[in-house]
Formats: sequence, structure tokens, C-alpha cells
Amino acid sequence: MASSTVTAEDYGTFDTAWCPGCGNHPLLKCMKQALAGLGLAPHQVLMVTGIGQAAKAPLYMNCNMITGLHGRGLPAATGAKLANPELTVITECGDGCNYGEGGNHFLAAIRRNVDMTLIVHDNGIYGLTKGQASPTTAKGQVTKAQPFGQPSEAFNPMAVAVAMNAGFVARGFSGEPEHLVGLIQQAVRHKGFSVVDVFQPCVSFNNVNTFAWYKQRCRKISPEHDPADQEKALALALEFGESIPIGVLYKSGRAAFGADLPTLKRGPLALRQLDKAALQGVLRSYL
Amino acid sequence: MPDSSIVILVGGEAGQGLVTIGQLMAKALIRAGYEVVVSQDYQSRIRGGHNTFAIRTGLDPVHAPSEKVDILVALNAETVALHRHQLTPGGIVLADEAFDLSTSGAGLNLLRIPSKKLAPKAVHENVLALGVLGSTLCKDIGLLEALLRETFAKKGQEVIDQNLAVLRAAYAWTASQGHGFACMPPAPAMPGERLMLNGNEAIALGALAAGCNFCSFYPMTPGSSVALTLAAKAKVMGTVVEQAEDEIAAANMAVGAVCAGGRAMVPTSGGGFALMVEAVSLAGMLETPLVFVVAMRPGPATGLPTRTEQGDLNLVLYAGHGEFPRAVFAPGGVQECFYLTHRAFAMADKHQSPVFVLTDQYLADSFQNVEPFDLAELPELPAPLLEPADPKTYKRFALTGDGISPRAIPGFSTALVVSDSDEHTEDGKLTEDLDVRVQMVTKRLNKGLGLAEDAIPPSCYGEDGADVLLVCWGSTLGPALEARERLEESGKSAAVLHFSQVWPLNEDQFLAQLTGAKRAVCVEGNATGQLAKLIRQETGFRFQDLVLRFDGLPITAAFILRGLENIL
Repeated sequence: MASSTVTAEDYGTFDTAWCPGCGNHPLLKCMKQALAGLGLAPHQVLMVTGIGQAAKAPLYMNCNMITGLHGRGLPAATGAKLANPELTVITECGDGCNYGEGGNHFLAAIRRNVDMTLIVHDNGIYGLTKGQASPTTAKGQVTKAQPFGQPSEAFNPMAVAVAMNAGFVARGFSGEPEHLVGLIQQAVRHKGFSVVDVFQPCVSFNNVNTFAWYKQRCRKISPEHDPADQEKALALALEFGESIPIGVLYKSGRAAFGADLPTLKRGPLALRQLDKAALQGVLRSYL
Repeated sequence: MPDSSIVILVGGEAGQGLVTIGQLMAKALIRAGYEVVVSQDYQSRIRGGHNTFAIRTGLDPVHAPSEKVDILVALNAETVALHRHQLTPGGIVLADEAFDLSTSGAGLNLLRIPSKKLAPKAVHENVLALGVLGSTLCKDIGLLEALLRETFAKKGQEVIDQNLAVLRAAYAWTASQGHGFACMPPAPAMPGERLMLNGNEAIALGALAAGCNFCSFYPMTPGSSVALTLAAKAKVMGTVVEQAEDEIAAANMAVGAVCAGGRAMVPTSGGGFALMVEAVSLAGMLETPLVFVVAMRPGPATGLPTRTEQGDLNLVLYAGHGEFPRAVFAPGGVQECFYLTHRAFAMADKHQSPVFVLTDQYLADSFQNVEPFDLAELPELPAPLLEPADPKTYKRFALTGDGISPRAIPGFSTALVVSDSDEHTEDGKLTEDLDVRVQMVTKRLNKGLGLAEDAIPPSCYGEDGADVLLVCWGSTLGPALEARERLEESGKSAAVLHFSQVWPLNEDQFLAQLTGAKRAVCVEGNATGQLAKLIRQETGFRFQDLVLRFDGLPITAAFILRGLENIL
């Protein structure tokens, strides 16, 4: 199905509602480049999002799209992928959507390991609602809603994903676009659930995690790192301070959801026809 | 016609196997040609407590559970004390001889079973009770022998033989007792084939007949068995059944599955459905054909988890923020559970809207005999639209006269299918153009007009001008029909008006009957008369009299008659 004639231009160019300088802009460009580079045409891709500034990303590219409810991108994407295993299904939304409102779905998606990708715009703040703390806001950071400083400890999505033996765990930075394109492509190619947490500065509401802040800290994981080594991956995931590793942290090698499920082997649901003979047999079992 | 039914009540603790005894006996009766209605009363626990499985049976149609008991199968002593007051004159108690019934059994016709002698192994106690019961009813042992062979087929010949030996010993012993219980009248010589199904099984089968191929759910009594039935048949039917991490995920998963080409159903109960409400609104906005099954139990909150009520009509009618159309079906019995679920899928598909099947614990768990379904007679749902006419210009929410836009499935053509939960343009993308907003609201609500045109009219049983018109919905149909029979016997004319679809309401279909009735009484399984209020809201008709039950038990004819005593 993949075609070498697809270009990033096929994904179109649109006006956006994002602030100038927002990390969403380069991330959007990276998504288009990554998908085109994989030879995926827009009609082969289904983007499923929640709600937030990040979740608007698919509006600004040609693709199939379901924009659902805040926090519920992953379950809708799961349903879509189970209904049509041949679609490339990608969920793209923010840290509030996936780690806050949809936290339970994040855990379940890792456990289920359905063959789909999650791209998280992680800017450590709620942008759409204008600047409240998000699950990845650092403890102590002052916001309009947390005037005494965020009282809770920040969520570490990478450590959680590695600890739960997720299929593919990576972290990128919108200020490292080439590196990020590579991560997105590896994630989409991965058979099973893949998560890429992408640092991207919110220029309007987060004056702590600025472009410079990330630039200063992000360092690419050394090519010697073995992503199959869970202990080392966890150590990298927990490294969050003056230096933050970006790249592929972990690949578990788990089989994707449904590999052994007879009900999924019958192909896309849209192509199935009611088997009346089988149903007749089922009905007769109640005689 | 006078009540010629008999009621067998099997009572005991959870975990004693009373459901096994009850199901096998009910199936034997149905195979023999008798009519059967089962009601199950259980507590929210795995072991202990007091549960009952009641079979009402006879040659004439039985509509509903009854409060009387003719045969009490007591699996513990407590059962006798709890139910002795329900025993009819001539009724009989079947109980192990070891139970102390010195007080509770006084004055009763007791058949004391020497269980230790007839079935030395405790594992055979259920078959022993089944045998004594079958023999007391004068039923052919061959029916039960065949059922035991089927039940234990996978466990091997030795197990089958042991069980058959106990069954035969039970029959022989009972026949020698001269217990004096009158035999049931013989069944027709050549009974036709009939299915035994409970309401939730019939809902699952109706969904399969409509082509349902996706079910996401989170377990909740009494809705779970819809999903469990689909799961049990998934290997044969290919249905994708996924237990979600929570109800919110279950509903959103189904929306995703439908958008990607599936036909989906989400079964739950009131509390679980409350969590799905935002996704209902999403289905309204994305115009997703999605069937929700809400099996009601008494609330608020956890309420009475295993009992019955019709308290969630308002919840289902108004679930979801914003304005969008929907349809709500309320099957009156097991047979309707099948056909109306099929219709729910057809309506959801045609009108691209969320559609609800509203049932309750009584109906969910009530086994009934059902005529085999004729699959050839069911209208076939249209196949999914894989490639729209012109993929390049395709718009998911194209404005049309009836509000229904061609709903393409992504991935099967070069068309891009875009659906946004924000207000959107025809091509599905977010907009804040307020003129488009007005167009889109109108488009969505236009589909409601189609749903109203397709609404099933309420069914009327009896003549216009009757002394009393019993108005009801959902599973209250059976007891209302029986109450009508009892009223007619007592010289009063009565009619029943039953709503198997409670939304949308089309007053042309029923208002004249209500205003023309001498006395219209609304009978509902809730405390506030939710259908009565809905009818008043929609038509202005005000019921003067309500008969309402909200103690967690199913409505019976006797309950309705007691309620009418204060009114008529």
C-alpha cells in the first residue's frame, strides 16, 4: 500500500489557530514529513484526537480524522483500529488530554498494545484553557490556577510506559525536527502500541519550560543504548533534570494486540457480511 | 381466561445451583410444549444470601411473574420460612429430610427428600432436586434425561451415567410417595420447536441478526450478559468484543469502531451509562449510528444492584449535552428484545443517530419461550459506503433535505472522511461560522423528523371504551396484560396501551385513545411516573391515576390490581 510518490505537500498547508512560535508548528511539519516519508497517502491515515490546542493538529493536514472528546482519543482510536486493522491509526493530542483526563486510557493502551501510535504534545501546561497546570507541570511551578505552586508531583509518562513494558517508548523535541521525524517514523512502523512524548514549548502560558530550557537539557540517547534493556531504559526515563535524554528509550518486543484473536483475523468490519448460516446455528443452540 | 398456570419457585443460597435446576426444568417444560416465564431474584453476592428462580408455566400463555407458589423447591430451610405464605392451597414443598422445618413447615404439604440415600455425593444434589421436581410435575423423564446428556456431554459418559442414575432414583422415589400434588395437564403431542431465551440473550441475538460486529463494554449487572452472550458466540460469528478499562472508554471505542466501518453496540446499566453520557453527545455530533443497551436497576447511585426498576427513562431521554435526535426502544418481552434490537440498528444506521434499547433486570434475566425467528423476514441493513460517488469532493456532513449525509468509511477510497466534535462545516472541519452552526443544528434535528416518522405506534390490546385503560412501557406489558384478564374476569372491561418505543412520540398514534378513555392509568416501575410526565410534556394529556412500583421487584398483575383497588 505504501507509495514512494507521496510528498509532504500532499498533506496540504493550512492556516492555524496556534500562536506564533508555538512548538506545534514544527511538530505538524514533522508529522507530514514523517508520514510522507513512510509512503503513506493521506487517505491511508486516520488521525484520532481528543481536545486541546495539540488536538487541532490533524485539522491542519489532509487525512481522515476523528476529533472526539477531551482525553478520549485513545479509546476511539482503539475502536477504529480494531474495526479496520489496515488503517494507520495515530492519536495526537496533549499532555492534559492523555496523562490527565485520559490517564486510565493511557495505561490501558499500553497494556492492550494495539498497533497504533500516540504522539503527545508535551508542553507542561494547559494551553487551550489558558495556563493551568498539566500532569507534566513541575512541582512548585506557579500558574494562575496554582498560585502557591503546583502542589502535586509531575507525571513521568516515559517511566510509566517503560515500567509497564510498553511496546515502543520514545521522547522527542520539536526543536530537533530531523530527529523527531525519525522517531515518528519508527513509532508508526512499530507493530504494537508506540508512544512518542514530544517536548514543545508553549510560548503563551509556560514561562519555565521555554525553547531555551528544552534546548539546554535535551541530549540524544547514545547509539549504544540497547532499547530492549528495560532497566537501562527506566534509568533514562527517570533522568529528568539538567539533562533529559531524547530518542528511543525502550522497545519491549511484545506481540501486538489481536495476533491470536480469531475475531480480528476476518479483516476489516466494513467488508464483513452477516453469516446467516452461522447465525442460524447460534439460534438453534437455544432450542 | 382464568389463571391455570402453576409456579415453581426454587430457593436457596447463592452458589447452591438453583439457577441450574431452574434453567433445566424451564427448558424441559418449553420442549414439552408449555409456556414459560422465569423471574430471578438475587442478591449482590457470590455466595450465601437468599436467591430465587421462579418458573411460571402452563398450557395457556403466561405473561408475567406471579406472587403465588405451587411448588416450593427449598434448597435450604430458610426458603420455607420465607415463602410459605405464598403457597397456594394444594401447594407442595420439596425439601431435604435433614432440614429442620419443625416450625416453618407446620401445616404444609411437605415432601421430605432422603437426599443422602438417593444421592450420596453432594455434587448430585441439583440433579436430585430436578428429578424430584420433574416427577412431582408428572413430566416425562425422557426430557430431563436428554437435557442432562446435553449438559454433561463434555464431561464424558461416566459423569452422564452418574447423573442419569440419580435422576432415575429421584423419579422412582417420588413416584412411590403419594404426595398428592396434582399433575400438570398434558402438553400437546407434537410441540413445535421453540427457543428458550432471556431478554439479554435475545438482545444479543437481535444485534447479531442486524450485523452487529463490535461490542465494547465494562461489566455491570444487569447489562453484562448482553456482552457475555456476544462473547460466547464470537468464535462462530466473528464479533469483536472488547472489555474496556471503563465505561467512558467503552462508549468512545464504539464511536471509533463505527466511524471506521463497524456496527457497534454498547451494553450497560444506569450507573455505567451515566459515565457514557458525554460519548452519547459525541455520537450525536459525529452522527454516529450506535446502539446503547441500558438495562435498568434501581438507583440512585449503586441502588439495588441486582433488582429491577424502570427508573432511567429520563436519563436515557436526556443523556448528552446539546440538542440532537435519538430513538428509544423499550421491549415488552423477550421476543421483542430480539426484533426491537434489530430495529434499533436499522434506525441508527438509517438516521445516523444514537439509538437506545431500554430494558431492566427483570426482563434481562427472564427466560421465556420464543417462537424461532425468521431471519429471511428481517430487513437487511445497507452495506457500509466504501467509496462515495466522487471521492475528491466528498463531504461527510453534506447538507441534504432530510439531514442524512452519505456516511463513507475511511480507508477504502481516496476520499478523506473528517469528523470533528466541534461544530463543523460540511467537510467535517471545525468552524465558528455561526450561519453554518445554524445550518448544522437544523440538519441534525431534521433527522429527528425521520425518526419520528419511523416511530413504532404503541400496541393496543382490548376495545376502545373499556372501563380502564392500562398504559405502560417496556417489561410492564406482561403484568398489564394479565391484569386486564383478571379485570375482565371480574366483570370490568379493560384495555392495555403499550409503548415499545418511548421516543420519539407521535401523538397522532395514541392521543385520541388516551383522551377517549374512561379511565387511563399509567403503570410504571418507578416512583415518579416518568412516561406519564413525558406524555404530558409532549401532548398535554395528564394522567389522573398512576400505579407505580419501586421496591425493586418486578410488577405483577396482583400488584396492579391492588393499586387499582384504590382508584376504581
